[in-house]
Amino acid sequence: MRWSMTGVGTLILKVNGSFKTVIARPSDTLVDVVRGQLQLTGAKPACETGDCGACTLLVDGLPVKACLVLAVEAVGHEITTIEGLPLVPMQKAFVDKFATSCGYCIPGFILNAHALAVHHPDADDAVIAEWLDSNLCRCMSYSEIRDAVRSVLAGEY
Amino acid sequence: MDRTEARAGTRDSMVSLDAWSKATGGAKFNSDSIEQTTLHAALVTSPYAHARILSIDTSQAEQMPGVKAVITCQNLAIRCGTWLADRPILAGWKVRYYGEPVAAVVAMTQHEALRAIEAVKVAYEPLPVVNSIADAMKLGAPLVHEDLDSYIRIKPVIRPRPGTNIAHHQAVRKGDISKAWRECDEVVEASYSLPQSDHAALETRSARVELTPDGRVNVHSSSQGPFIIRKNISRYFGVDKHKIIVTTPVVGGSFGGKQSVQLELIAFLASRAVGGQAVQLTATREQDMASCPVRIGLDAHVKLGARRDGRIVAAEFIWMVDSGAYTDMAVVETTSIAADCTGPYAIDNVWCDSYCVYTNHPFATSFRGFGHLEYTFCLERTMDKLALALGMDPLELRLANAIGTGHTSPTRTPVNSSNAGSLAHCIGRLKSLMNWDEGQRIEVDGRKVRAKGVACMWKNSSTPPNAISSAILKFTPDGSLSISCGAVDMGQGAKTGLVQLLAERLRMSPDRITINVSVNTELNPDHWKTVASATTYMAGRAVLNAADDLLAQLKSIAGVVLKCPEADLDVAEEKVFLRDHPEVFVPFRDIVHGYMYPNGNSVGGQIIGRGSFIMRHLTPLDEGTGEGKPGPGWTVGAQGVEVEFDSRDCTYRLLKAVTVIDAGRVINPALARLVVAGGMSMGLSLASREALVVDDEGRVMNPGFRTYQLMRYSEQPEYVVEFVETPNIEGPMGARGLGEHGIIGTPVALANALSSASGVDLNTFPLTPECIWSRRVGLTGDSM
Ligand code: FES
Ligand code: FES
Repeated sequence: MRWSMTGVGTLILKVNGSFKTVIARPSDTLVDVVRGQLQLTGAKPACETGDCGACTLLVDGLPVKACLVLAVEAVGHEITTIEGLPLVPMQKAFVDKFATSCGYCIPGFILNAHALAVHHPDADDAVIAEWLDSNLCRCMSYSEIRDAVRSVLAGEY
Repeated sequence: MDRTEARAGTRDSMVSLDAWSKATGGAKFNSDSIEQTTLHAALVTSPYAHARILSIDTSQAEQMPGVKAVITCQNLAIRCGTWLADRPILAGWKVRYYGEPVAAVVAMTQHEALRAIEAVKVAYEPLPVVNSIADAMKLGAPLVHEDLDSYIRIKPVIRPRPGTNIAHHQAVRKGDISKAWRECDEVVEASYSLPQSDHAALETRSARVELTPDGRVNVHSSSQGPFIIRKNISRYFGVDKHKIIVTTPVVGGSFGGKQSVQLELIAFLASRAVGGQAVQLTATREQDMASCPVRIGLDAHVKLGARRDGRIVAAEFIWMVDSGAYTDMAVVETTSIAADCTGPYAIDNVWCDSYCVYTNHPFATSFRGFGHLEYTFCLERTMDKLALALGMDPLELRLANAIGTGHTSPTRTPVNSSNAGSLAHCIGRLKSLMNWDEGQRIEVDGRKVRAKGVACMWKNSSTPPNAISSAILKFTPDGSLSISCGAVDMGQGAKTGLVQLLAERLRMSPDRITINVSVNTELNPDHWKTVASATTYMAGRAVLNAADDLLAQLKSIAGVVLKCPEADLDVAEEKVFLRDHPEVFVPFRDIVHGYMYPNGNSVGGQIIGRGSFIMRHLTPLDEGTGEGKPGPGWTVGAQGVEVEFDSRDCTYRLLKAVTVIDAGRVINPALARLVVAGGMSMGLSLASREALVVDDEGRVMNPGFRTYQLMRYSEQPEYVVEFVETPNIEGPMGARGLGEHGIIGTPVALANALSSASGVDLNTFPLTPECIWSRRVGLTGDSM
């Protein structure tokens, strides 16, 4: 990467399987760059302090809060956004179990839960809780999300 | 209506129409489609809760890279408000709360705007801070608004008291209160103090405004009230309404917080300052919590008197709403609290004074429940104290006083099973779902105790007496159709319900009906605003009226085609058929875009149904007595919470939360449960941990999710939601609104459970272990 005198530089990011050139400052966060320059707006800013998980993206397959990652740090890693998911079981489960209300938290929740299912297919309730505690939903009671995650782990999809 | 009749549309748990777009990231929220050419605005906000503005120097900021304009309201006389015009668009000669917008910078990028706000120099002279309702009501208290007498009362029913911090007062006088007190065997009274808190919708508020050369104003906003934005912009800036086009896409949660018009007006001024270019203004989380409106606080005194058999004969209430620096919707909530002040109980003698009070706190607007969760907290805590004093079971006391047919509301509206459902039925179900008979307080071991608390609630949908909602139904050539309506989707599922209602009325598959997701004031017919749990009621009635219009047109053309009287025809499965010979029919697709005879001659045209609904027979409350009819009817319910309390350190675990609501008629069981349980969860989060913390200077100390904690996944109890169905004759297919009701009694049910568990009177929230502990060791007074 190269930075100009104004502090702006070009970066090459690998997003959803393809390489994208973006222009960023050293201080630009991954969520801002992915939303603002690649129009991948599934990742939502909601707190920008790492407390809500609405901005969650997968980096090398693991959920990461994209408001806490600088775009420059993501160079050389595989970034997956909700738009890049190949319609995974977790998405169908969220729809079937009515786990979408306003929807603002949903992309972050689904990416997190999907990664959970991939990395811990045998997760028990304690592991599920540990993972899902990183995301906030203000609309729902979380019971629908719990049902969706459990049903995928139980192999119903 | 025959309940066993087969139905095509309602009673099914149909998945939300937009679920897939939300699960794939396709749903576009207001900040998701900003064009590259759009300019960005950022706010300069006040670091003081109350201070005179001595000067604002924007010269340095104007020279910063990328900056297009810096706006202030020093010379702008406009004051805005919902019922009382008390709020400048940007602070004028003084600031009245911490976080109040003082200036806005417009720049090429968000980054440049944020850099430049730091260069705006504002000189302040701090003023004494009105930091509580008690401060505000003191004789000789500093005034938040010195010129209250000069403010325009947008609605004459608002009664500010110049020279005080009282923005509004509503009285309720019913029966003969002094005589009633003499009939009481037991009288209990208590004081309460509930702090402000925040809506904390995950999507922060945002607005984008553009002024086009032909005089149009294009607004994009994350709002519950696009038509209200149109009204406000027209009122303040003198633009004809047809030239103001407001678009509201999918909204990321709102809970009452996104109906005030604030950022839209700032963005309008910002766009005007840069020659009409599109300007986006998005609140940061900190601004969304401190600069944008919050939930009211409430101080209260409640006194109840009953005969030995448990019949409550007298009730006295003083409600003091902390509306913060400006009134916005808090004035209306003040009236709404007064109107429903007895809760769902038949009390013949009522004396109530409800005040809306200015303080130097963030200004308040509506919040899910519209004042009801706050007053219900105070009332239902007092009900438990009364039960204790009478030696009666708390649920029995509530049942003995349950309102029903033959009673009147505090504002003297006659109550019946249609307009208020059956509370008794709800209490009965709650009792078994809570396993009440095993006892309210059960020792688990030496340290832990399991305890249950209950509460009843009701809420009317208070609306202006002339609130309207309309719908347009349009056929496609293949016989499928679309609904166009002005109600906003915020995740409550109401629009999916409208599709189901229509499918049932037309007896066709809901899969063949669509509805607009985003709302546009130019394209969609008007809907007052998407609040008050009134969407199903109002938009539902409009859709059904439109369906009747459609049916009449279908039968009219089918009568021509089938050569028979319209009265002989019926409609189902996208066909119009002869009632007694269903094999004689014409399919929708042959008539909805005109009918063509075999020889090519054609008649009819596109069939478009239109329906409108306006509230009926509502009247504002009388100033002196409160007599009036503020809404069409109530939704009642009974709620309970069970906790496991650790008496050693006052920590607790939420085990179970139960709600039984008389929904009239459940249109979509899964979505109804979703919204009610969501409200309960929000109520538990609120009551267990949420409050805006202000310091001695009135500064908000916790605007952000790191310090303002919300309840998370692993802390949730089991949620049990059940519906009773006593039809509401006026509601669409008998349905009532239920979008807000899950939250109303939940906080107090928790407080009742914890009071019983800990043995101390908990008269406030948030009910943190520290709060319970300090109350137990006597560190604080009655109202902590
Ligand atoms: S926006 Fe990144 S965690 Fe909240
Ligand atoms: S669905 Fe609205 S925040 Fe989760």
